[in-house]
Amino acid sequence: MTRRLLAAAAALTLTLLTACGGAGTGGRDGTIEYWLWDSGQQPGYQKCADAFHQENPSLQINISQYGWDSYWSKLTAGFIADTAPDVFTDHLARFAQYVDLEVLRPLDDLGPTSDIRDADYQQGLAELWKGQDGKRYGAPKDWDTVALFYDKAALTAAGVDPAQLQNLSWNPQDGGTFEKLVAHLTIDANGVRGDEPGFDKTHVKTHGLASEGAGGGGWGQTQWSAFAASAGWQVTDKNPWGTHFNLDQPALQDTLSWYFGLKDKGYLPTYAEIGGSNSIGTDKQIQSGIAAMGISGSWMISTFSKLTDANGKKLDIAIAPTPIGPTGKRASMFNGLADSVTTLSKQPENAAKWVKFMSGEQCQDLIGQSGVVFPARPGATDLAIAYNKTERNLDVTPFTNQVRDKTTFLFPVTTNAADITALLQPRLDAVYLGSEPVSSLTDLNNQLNDLFKVAQ
Amino acid sequence: MALSATTRPDRTPPAKKRDDTRLALLFIAPALIGFLVFMVWPTLRGIYLSFTKFNLLTPPEFNGLDNYVRMVQDPVFWNSMRVTVYYVFVNIVLQTVIALVIAVLMQRLTRRTWLRGAVLTPYLVSNVVAAMVFLWILDYQLGIGNTLIAALGMDRIPFLSSDAWVIPTIAAINVWRHVGYTALLIFAGLQTIPETMYEAGRMDGASEPRMFRSITVPLLRPVLALVLIITVVGSFQVFDTVAIATRGGPVDSSRVLQYYIYDVAFGRFQFGYASAMSVALLLVLVIITFVQYRVTRADSSDLN
Repeated sequence: MTRRLLAAAAALTLTLLTACGGAGTGGRDGTIEYWLWDSGQQPGYQKCADAFHQENPSLQINISQYGWDSYWSKLTAGFIADTAPDVFTDHLARFAQYVDLEVLRPLDDLGPTSDIRDADYQQGLAELWKGQDGKRYGAPKDWDTVALFYDKAALTAAGVDPAQLQNLSWNPQDGGTFEKLVAHLTIDANGVRGDEPGFDKTHVKTHGLASEGAGGGGWGQTQWSAFAASAGWQVTDKNPWGTHFNLDQPALQDTLSWYFGLKDKGYLPTYAEIGGSNSIGTDKQIQSGIAAMGISGSWMISTFSKLTDANGKKLDIAIAPTPIGPTGKRASMFNGLADSVTTLSKQPENAAKWVKFMSGEQCQDLIGQSGVVFPARPGATDLAIAYNKTERNLDVTPFTNQVRDKTTFLFPVTTNAADITALLQPRLDAVYLGSEPVSSLTDLNNQLNDLFKVAQ
Repeated sequence: MALSATTRPDRTPPAKKRDDTRLALLFIAPALIGFLVFMVWPTLRGIYLSFTKFNLLTPPEFNGLDNYVRMVQDPVFWNSMRVTVYYVFVNIVLQTVIALVIAVLMQRLTRRTWLRGAVLTPYLVSNVVAAMVFLWILDYQLGIGNTLIAALGMDRIPFLSSDAWVIPTIAAINVWRHVGYTALLIFAGLQTIPETMYEAGRMDGASEPRMFRSITVPLLRPVLALVLIITVVGSFQVFDTVAIATRGGPVDSSRVLQYYIYDVAFGRFQFGYASAMSVALLLVLVIITFVQYRVTRADSSDLN
């Protein structure tokens, strides 16, 4: 063993000696390295990059796309190994940590981005990207909310009028009209529906509601956040930069008891059914017929619009708003992405120019017309709505109305985000699996609060 | 007298010995440099980092025994220790028994080279690929494994998504991958046992099982001991299969120590604490190897 390792080590020495001195940070002067994770958005941003190059012939944009999981580990490795890009797409769940690690450049200190105005973007979006020091670390590029995607065929088979879905309501006691619909859309192996006598909840063919897991990774964004918030619950005492958590409150615990209780009734797929830690999303669950409808984000619109059945025939997918909760209002998490400039960039002014361009009207209109996400500027958002209406015959107003009606709540931005996820994920998984009661979240809440008591 | 003593042995001039040393050093140098640069230095630095608070991007700050205090109080750490030991136990017992059987079958029944090659094939598949393939095969809904189980009229088994099944499943995946390699090591050991022993056994009318018990196992002990030390150390460092197939889930039931260390270091940027846990793993491995070495008397053979 030792000898084998020695030989390998010796061989490595040689390889490394010859391989050193290749990659550097960001692009060469004139080429700006830009990273994003959503392959669906790459064509749109390539158009922006081309337009940018026309305006600035001396500058080139090189876009690299990496899947969500490898994106962040690659970026982290890039910061350590000095191979990070000049500009990258940033997520609210991560940016606080990067600010703490001092790898993001404040955009106010860079010429081109110093005059970004909060008012140019959908209300509240730009403010989210300011650190605790009040400096701006990201230029808003898009926003997202959540809604119910459903398979029209499943509704027709169940004899449900789609119009009914526009006014669903729920409560933690009996689930309201929402749970009635979910039960009705659930079908067991013998074809018996969830609200009919003789329903076998242990052998369910189609669940009424899709499951995207326990939601520990993003505060239940596409799982239970819409329910908890419509019951009047908020994650932290204030947002952004909250330091006290509310997981011990009945509003959340009752919501989760009800939500994960759907799984015990057979209406929601189990942890095992969606593939455990490597779970499939709402889109795949609807596509494969495991679920009839499910909550998902607006960034998935184009994926849903392209879903086909086993024979390659296009599925007829439509969208409904999240149900009205005990507060009498709907709710949706309001999250957004932004572009950040790294401190490792050797050409921060050029990088800032590109960031400014992406957050500007011309690029955001191009993105709006490609119909993949809702751009951060209100005007470009309207273009995206129009694109979906004309090109896809899809009404996406269940997403945009949440913003218009101000029924959104912002993604909880805190420091220690990675530690919070590490604590939250296993504990919520346990509640989903049923191995821990919902009341165990009170202990978790104390742990989360303790994170902020110790000096970091 | 003195003159004859220096000239007689094979006419070797003393100067040539010095040449040998130089040449030897030259040959050893690459390996030695590699050993120092890639083994000794990282180990020492890791031990140093375990006494610091370090996020890799800003300089480490010395914080004494803080990381170790935290480790002792961390329930997730102790859980991952338990999970790892459970995994090692299942993995090593299964792997050694199956490998021994395969090796003995190869030794006693056929010695075809292609068979030896076939036995080794899974070892040539990378861990990540093996984990991916089994992830698909064992998928609860769509995997062919569960489809077959369902076709046989049994209930589907959540191999990688239930806390009871997950560690045995991961252990079995790694047994599949490593058993051929272990079998070949044991097979090599079997070949050092003189055929005359078996002939003598046959003359005395011993059956195959009896010869296995009374000849093969005792004479194989030193090789088996070495194989065990290597496989146990390797088994403790299980990582890729977990990282691909379960990411530590469900809940913490497959959060093995190496994966927890990785998560703390690269997910949460707490390299100091991660180093402290690595040092703990190092200590555990040193102790286990030492005990194994002594208990199995790996350095002596019964062949003489």
